[in-house]
Amino acid sequence: MAISPKHQVEEPVAKQSVAMSALHKATVAHRRGGLVNGDTLFRGITTFFALSVLLVAVLMIATLWYNARASMAHFGFGFITSNAWDPNLKLLFGAGPFIFGTIVSSLMAIVLAGLVGVGVALLLVELRLPRWFSTPVSLLVEMLAAIPSVVYGVWGIFVLIPLMQAHIDPFLQKLFGWTPFFALDTSGGHSLLTAALVLAVMIVPTVTTISRDVIRVVPADQREALLALGGTQWEVIRFAVLPYARPGIIGALILAMGRAVGETMAVTMVIGNSSYIGPNVFSSADTLASRIANNLGDAGDLELSALFELGLILLVVSVLLNVLARLLVWSVSRGSAAMA
Amino acid sequence: MATQAPTRTNSIMRDNYGRRRVVNRIMVGLLCLCAIITLVPLFAVGGYVVREGWPALVGQFPGIFTAPSPEGGELLYGLEGTALLIAIACAIGLPIGILSGIYLAEFGRNRLGDTVRFMSDVLAGLPSIVAGIVAYSIVVLTTHHYTPFAGGLALGLLMFPTVTRATEGVVRLVPDTLREGGLALGVSRWRTIVSVIIPASLSGIITGVVLGIARVAGETAPLIFTVLGNLNGFSGWDQPLPALPLQIYQDFINPQDPNQDYPVGYAGVLVLFLFVVLLNLGARAVAARRMARGR
Repeated sequence: MAISPKHQVEEPVAKQSVAMSALHKATVAHRRGGLVNGDTLFRGITTFFALSVLLVAVLMIATLWYNARASMAHFGFGFITSNAWDPNLKLLFGAGPFIFGTIVSSLMAIVLAGLVGVGVALLLVELRLPRWFSTPVSLLVEMLAAIPSVVYGVWGIFVLIPLMQAHIDPFLQKLFGWTPFFALDTSGGHSLLTAALVLAVMIVPTVTTISRDVIRVVPADQREALLALGGTQWEVIRFAVLPYARPGIIGALILAMGRAVGETMAVTMVIGNSSYIGPNVFSSADTLASRIANNLGDAGDLELSALFELGLILLVVSVLLNVLARLLVWSVSRGSAAMA
Repeated sequence: MATQAPTRTNSIMRDNYGRRRVVNRIMVGLLCLCAIITLVPLFAVGGYVVREGWPALVGQFPGIFTAPSPEGGELLYGLEGTALLIAIACAIGLPIGILSGIYLAEFGRNRLGDTVRFMSDVLAGLPSIVAGIVAYSIVVLTTHHYTPFAGGLALGLLMFPTVTRATEGVVRLVPDTLREGGLALGVSRWRTIVSVIIPASLSGIITGVVLGIARVAGETAPLIFTVLGNLNGFSGWDQPLPALPLQIYQDFINPQDPNQDYPVGYAGVLVLFLFVVLLNLGARAVAARRMARGR
């Protein structure tokens, strides 16, 4: 941060004069006998709103739990593995395919986004690029996160899916068609792979910004030690920066995974929305969030409860991922994790 | 770390320099490739939005912004709905966000503060669809109406963590000398906070609010089953409400007539894209200028 000495001198003076006049008014008001225990009251009010943050979290879990209890009582733990979804005849519901779709699409996304996103973060921090280059690049990467997911969805439908169908899927099929993972594309481009690609684009900014911040706090002497030993730029990254920042980078990846798990609109518009458990990435599938979005509108009582249970699973998974990620990122920012 | 480093570096030193330099070149090249790979989708999406949206917007201008006619006015309704939802979201999310942020900065150096800080970080990663079903169950299931309040509640839940952390950040940046000055003059602490600390950090708090709005303005998932959407604009507090992102989704997923709905959808995509990106850029520009001033 470049702070010109002029500003350093000027700022406090200017601020203080504002402060003085405001304080004077405040003192006068105080003498007139305002609230005697205003401090207690103010602290009480802010504490109430701080507590309400915790309250909101508890309330959300409680609400979902309350509404999901019919489904939990009806299906028990089998709900998690069952792959039934029959709202019309037998009224059987299970979360299996949606948990599968959620995990597979986000894992694929995180592999793609992780490699690229950490690469960009290293580029921005370690290569000592000029500011006119690195500032716009990191701003543009962050803009990827600002684009609304429905816009990604529209782009996915009209650009990415035709592209997948016409070029990428056949290419991959020709190359890896002998494995069960790239079996015949029967879904016309609406697939796990397409969803994973869109997700990857959406979570790259999370990976990049957080691992960039983590890489930035790697102490300079770590790098200098390797440079003094004659290390190249890459060796500095490989042997000094990455080991030190590793927990934080893993944290960034998990955090990004948390975002991918909860992403709804873009996924539901490209994944094809059909229950599927299997190895083929060209198959259409469905995720927890996407199933909720599609079915909640006209669900019967038990289906509604089952959808709430999907929501509860989604909330618990994303909270766990977030907690884990925050702990990892904090451990690096505090400078304690490199010892571990 | 400390014990492993020497053996690793020894193994580096044994290799010959030429090979290591080539490896270095390749890896640096790959890092640059990563940047290109990341930016291609941005330009692909942005280019697509402008290429499809601009002609659609110009072709229908100003019909889609003027109400109400059989074949026009859609975007106007959507924008109105979005504005209303953002206002409700602010009414719910800002008190929680700003006041909890002030608590964290001023009184939060204790266990409660740590817990709240952590929880608001965790809630920042809340899936938007979960906020949607929570609002659905609290409002829609109990009142049996789709209402603007349900959508606003969902967006408020999504908005406040951003505001909390932004507020804490900027309030904490206010120098302690101002707090001490207040106390030294015998002014009560709350008065110092309200009359000095908050005005000093106001621009930062506003930046946080704008980022919070940008976070929720484009959300679609929590609106599908809370405000539902309609074709006639705002029609009462217990009635469905259209919103721009929701309209876009419905124009493309459930078009009544693609020839008519797609152009409206594309125009909406462009408007929403520009709105959200500009909000983000604006907030960031203000924040960057404040940082440059050294505050």
